[in-house]
Amino acid sequence: MENAKGKVVSVNESLVGVENTEGSVMNGEVAYIIIEGGKRLKSEVIDIKPGKLVYLQVFEDTSWMRVGDEVEFTGLPLSVKLGPGILGTVTDGLQNPLYELAKEEWFLERGMVVDSLDTQTKWQFTPKVKKGDKVSGNSILGTVPEKLFTHKIFVPFSLQGEYTVETIADEGEYTITDTIATVKDEAGKSMELSMAFNWPVKQPMPFHQRSVPTETLPTGMRILDALFPIAYGGTACSPGPFGAGKTVLQHSIAKHSRADVVIIAACGERAGEAVEVFKDFPELIDPRTGKSLMDRTYIVGNTSSMPVAAREASVYMATAVGEYYRKQGLDVLILADSTSRWAQALRETSGRKEEIPGPEAFPMYISTLISAFYDRAGVELLPDGTKSSLSIIGTVSPAGGNFDEPVTQATLLSTGAFLGLSRELSDARKYPAIDRIDSSSKYPSLITTEEVQFLKEILREGKTTASNLLLMGERGITNEAYINYQKSELLDAVFLQQNSFHPIDGVTNPDRLRMMFDMIKHIIDTPVHIDTKDDIRSHFNFLRQAFLDWNYLKLDDSKFEDQKAKIINLVKQKAHAKENV
Amino acid sequence: MLRKTYENIDSIGRAIITIEAKDVHNKELAEVIYPDGKKAFAQVIALNGNKVTLQLFGGGFGVSTNCKVRFLGHPVQVGFSDEMLGRVYSGNGQPIDGGPQLTSDMTRVAGPSINPVKRLIPKNMIRTGVPMIDVFNTLVRSQKIPIFARAGEPYNRLLANVATQTDADVIIIGGVGLKYDEYHYFKERIEEAGSKSKTIMFIHTHRDSIVEGLMVPDLALAVGERFALQGKNVFVLLSDMTQWSDYLRQVANAQDQIPANQGYPGDLYSQLASRYEKAADIEGSGSLTILGVTTMDDVTHPVPDNTGYITEGQFFMKDGYLELFGSLSRLKQQVNDKTRDDHRGIMNAMARLLSEAEERVKAQKFGSVKDDYSLRLLDYRKTFQRELMDPFRYLELEDALDLCWDILSNHFKKEEAGLASELVEKYWPEKGKFKILKVEYA
Repeated sequence: MENAKGKVVSVNESLVGVENTEGSVMNGEVAYIIIEGGKRLKSEVIDIKPGKLVYLQVFEDTSWMRVGDEVEFTGLPLSVKLGPGILGTVTDGLQNPLYELAKEEWFLERGMVVDSLDTQTKWQFTPKVKKGDKVSGNSILGTVPEKLFTHKIFVPFSLQGEYTVETIADEGEYTITDTIATVKDEAGKSMELSMAFNWPVKQPMPFHQRSVPTETLPTGMRILDALFPIAYGGTACSPGPFGAGKTVLQHSIAKHSRADVVIIAACGERAGEAVEVFKDFPELIDPRTGKSLMDRTYIVGNTSSMPVAAREASVYMATAVGEYYRKQGLDVLILADSTSRWAQALRETSGRKEEIPGPEAFPMYISTLISAFYDRAGVELLPDGTKSSLSIIGTVSPAGGNFDEPVTQATLLSTGAFLGLSRELSDARKYPAIDRIDSSSKYPSLITTEEVQFLKEILREGKTTASNLLLMGERGITNEAYINYQKSELLDAVFLQQNSFHPIDGVTNPDRLRMMFDMIKHIIDTPVHIDTKDDIRSHFNFLRQAFLDWNYLKLDDSKFEDQKAKIINLVKQKAHAKENV
Repeated sequence: MLRKTYENIDSIGRAIITIEAKDVHNKELAEVIYPDGKKAFAQVIALNGNKVTLQLFGGGFGVSTNCKVRFLGHPVQVGFSDEMLGRVYSGNGQPIDGGPQLTSDMTRVAGPSINPVKRLIPKNMIRTGVPMIDVFNTLVRSQKIPIFARAGEPYNRLLANVATQTDADVIIIGGVGLKYDEYHYFKERIEEAGSKSKTIMFIHTHRDSIVEGLMVPDLALAVGERFALQGKNVFVLLSDMTQWSDYLRQVANAQDQIPANQGYPGDLYSQLASRYEKAADIEGSGSLTILGVTTMDDVTHPVPDNTGYITEGQFFMKDGYLELFGSLSRLKQQVNDKTRDDHRGIMNAMARLLSEAEERVKAQKFGSVKDDYSLRLLDYRKTFQRELMDPFRYLELEDALDLCWDILSNHFKKEEAGLASELVEKYWPEKGKFKILKVEYA
């Protein structure tokens, strides 16, 4: 079939009207607009109107385009190339590898063409099928080692029906463009397969068998793992005003969470933040694997000054790659920062299309798109019995920090954990500035449900006493209430607050979390006998200092047990104060 | 090459015209030729069949249906050469200091962004001599950071001070919607500081058309970027981006765009981001640092709100003071562990105590503050404000850190400071032995 052609008839920033001159056009297919006699600008069909008028959103700057410029349609939807070689790379929102682009130009010039995946690298292939075997989409043809994992080479997921293997490559080294198998369909037609194939990014990959998220995904952040946990295959959102610590939170999770693969979708955010990740991660060693953190990371970035129309593509690109690694049997975590920028990109295009706007000029269908996106996360049971998962944590950047806006609201309805970031807490330097009272999670915690309730009760009571203190002063409340208030402040300062920039305090593993929780529970449960508010405050100052010093010690440090004993001793002194008198 | 002149202007609006023309490029620059021969620039912003929409740099007033339009075959460009140093240009790139026009070495305006892999992680502190910046929210080379302030605060003075007190190789001032006296002030300050020979100004004042104002950041940043690529450390000052956003709103409105929040176009975030993101520390080359001004009454207003999501922090100025709360430097963590070993610790301790003091200020209104510790906190807050928050007090970082220790010792006991014991031993000054603080015992 001949691909369709067309000519540009109108240009309005990234929205281009095209007259379809030959062939038929599909909504969602990719087209190239050829400008300045050869630069090919990638774009996507987003609307087809009467009179053979087709609207494209262009993923690049449309400067210097003219009415009459040629358009070539590809007949294919926007796709991602899946195969070995994704991990450890950094691409833009259309899967162009940034390091490869930089070899040609310092600036992100338009229309540059590079391969999405490295076509030169040779991978050590081990076949898993033999001639005459019956296969179908999803069958495993063989494996190659990729970084930390054994990467399965699949029959492309899009193939329907049953096929017979005619040839299969011997064990050996191949590039992703080499043919590694030929298969014949039921009608006898042969097809050559390589180690990589395309998948349309906007189409969710079907689950083999779907299950529900039930297991905590440890992040190394105490406030999350104890109070507001994330689960393997679960979804979470972290809305917050600027400066409340969304980025530091995301980076910390990217470094320390116990996922096999972490995908960072930097969507419409600062380039500098993505740079920090992809320049730092290769240097950082993941203590669990002994390898560079970058080995388990893939970064897809459409930063805020890159063409706006490609923001949406970057989010879906990340998701499709995530689904692919879930098919590999791995636990994948996507960090999408920020889904609001994606929604804003949709708003811009919707405005240019002159659609009737919804609240705050966002398109009416925004909530549907957001929930469909988070629905791609989940737990999958693979044919060989392996359980794998894709979890998504999305940040939301609500205008004015006000959560009552369309994107935050739609996100809250679609996610299982809500980590609300608060300016009040970040101003008080209480990091992570996740609201201790209003945040929530429906996933299981690393501590028991009763223990979670216990902590929440202390925090709620502390908050009430804090407002009483404000109104009535220290003299206006009883010593007992003041002690309980100090206990809740201590819980906040030494357990919920965590210094992300500290090598030891910055990450707490599940065992240590348990140890710390037991200690804080011991402090809270032990009665305190002190008579004046000044002495109460001073006692808790010493306790806080001792606990913080303990937090900063390594588990195998010789001083670790001493410091622990010191805290217990401090607690004991005041517990028996009365008897001693 | 002879270029065709078109005579059939269809419509004239506040800042846009439409005309029938062929073979026109999107974003092409054009000349509008008045019947008396006077010329003004315009740029193509949309094409629809033969209908071309142009944005008029000089505004629509006085444009008539018998004006002619000639397309120039190139996009908007700005001159770029060392000869521009010391000169003053308008928002359409024309000299306004009586000097010669630049025609050679033209460079593109609003070009694509630099490939992120060519960026370095910012790691160099810029010493400004302003204690609230150096100690609490350290400025870092290639940072993009605005001053948030009410109109009328001395933000332009701070902007000029910071630029001239640092070791920038090139200073570019982009003035958007300046009052004439503000323009004059910048000019004087730069000359007084002896920085004129390394400064270029692009100035838009209230008498000029808003479209020219819209172009100022693009011109300033395009020229700045070129200097940075030559290995220079460039400072670009943009004042005031709230005015700029307002012009953007007016132009979007004139083009019948659907407004998002408070009449601003839905792409306000992207528009601001594509300018601020020009700030970069470039591998094997120089750097571009952006200091902006965002005038505001309320931080949740769309302009400061969107700006805050884009920039790497902000300096919050209020009642002539640089505030601690509300100010933020996102890059300070990159550098403040390499200055002096007490820098981070003292910064956090001072901030925590000030935050406690702020709580007492609220409580004071209920008459509930009577205990000694709370009263000391309130005294501490006053000293902090007087000694540290003045944006025009010049102190070297080390002196400023010593001053912090003096203040702590003046108001608190060692254990109340919550600092690591080794730092307290090393730095805690005894009363009467202060290095910087002059004490008045009340």
